[in-house]
Amino acid sequence: MNSTLLLNSARFVLLLFFQVILFDQIGFQKFINPYPYILFILLYPVNSNKSGLLFASFILGLLMDMFSDSGGVHAAACVTLAYFRPTFFKFTFGLSYEYQTVRINDRLTPERFSFLLISILTHHLILFILEIFKFSFVFDILIRTLLSSIFTLLFCIIIIYLLKPVRK
Amino acid sequence: MQQIINYMIKNSTKLLFLLLLGISLLLTIQSHSYHRSKVINSANTISGGVYERISSFKDYLSLKSENEGLATENARLKSLLYNQKDTLKVVFKNQLALESDYKVIQSKIIKNSYNIQENFLTINSGTIAGVKPDMGVVNSKGIIGIIDVSLEKYATVRSVLNTQTKINAKVKKSNHFGTLTWNGRNAGNVQLIDVPRLATVKRGDTIVTGAQSIFPENINVGVISKIYVDKKSNLFTMDVKLFNDMTSINHVYVIENKNREEILELESLKQ
Repeated sequence: MNSTLLLNSARFVLLLFFQVILFDQIGFQKFINPYPYILFILLYPVNSNKSGLLFASFILGLLMDMFSDSGGVHAAACVTLAYFRPTFFKFTFGLSYEYQTVRINDRLTPERFSFLLISILTHHLILFILEIFKFSFVFDILIRTLLSSIFTLLFCIIIIYLLKPVRK
Repeated sequence: MQQIINYMIKNSTKLLFLLLLGISLLLTIQSHSYHRSKVINSANTISGGVYERISSFKDYLSLKSENEGLATENARLKSLLYNQKDTLKVVFKNQLALESDYKVIQSKIIKNSYNIQENFLTINSGTIAGVKPDMGVVNSKGIIGIIDVSLEKYATVRSVLNTQTKINAKVKKSNHFGTLTWNGRNAGNVQLIDVPRLATVKRGDTIVTGAQSIFPENINVGVISKIYVDKKSNLFTMDVKLFNDMTSINHVYVIENKNREEILELESLKQ
């Protein structure tokens, strides 16, 4: 229990840190901003306290907003993702996900991939809608969601593979 | 009462979600309106400190071009100084104008942003250095933005590349005024809107800042790259190519207009 808490706190701090000093500095083009920090929400233990996750996501999002001067857009997107995470689990792993031990940070299977994809698309869509906040930029919102999602997905998979625990 | 409490216990996750979503949406909507400074901003010690570290690290990569830029600016200022016809008179006049109206604070951009609709920059001087909200920020090539929030050691700047920013500007040659805004599309171009049709303008004309309020008069902005007539207002709208490359800016000057309060007071009296 204690080690889970420690692991998640470390993940929280490290992901935020690397998001700010590394991934925010990338800015390939106008349309591509990868946000792999949401991996914290995706990798959070499946059967643990839901309110705790909601609160942690809110703080994570708020800290991201502080660093990127964006009001509350990251907080809103993170909280929504955290709230709908069980629904996405149900959708991708089947109804009985709670009884199985679902592990996201393991070998990449179609279920895990689709879970990552749906979560990232949802988060990015909400994020960019709130960030741009104008109907006349619908095309911009969609194209940025699409391109950024591809890169976030790529970085997420790379990070998961890098941090994969060693098998005993 | 019992039922209400039961309901709240049963749906505590949902209620917490709605509460947190509500707070974040409130912050979002607030950040999209001009007249309220943001509650959550990067001018605090934590994010300011982190950005200062990152920036001091990245500085090594651009030392050469930065030095060249400063040397060019020095050369330009020197040539202004040496080429004055009546040295005594002009220097006297300039000194008087500078000392009475404007105060310049040297500062540095520690966080740049240019690829979203509402861009904010962070600089490494705050209220201790005398930076206050609504001061102008410029560099050697032209305008950068307006101070938004100023805390102890850091301040945030509302960039010209922000769809909410409105700056008074004019065509240098003919003195026709307009409003400088950004349509959020291209980081190299801003728009000068509401210029009267009477104005004789052509591509390549220089745009400078207008009547002195936030910025002093005649600070460079850019050159006109395209002119068209706005269908709704029937006035000229121009695409202005900025002199500044907003994607690479480093050293800046914050300009304080000492008469601004008096100007604002006068303007409010008139209404």
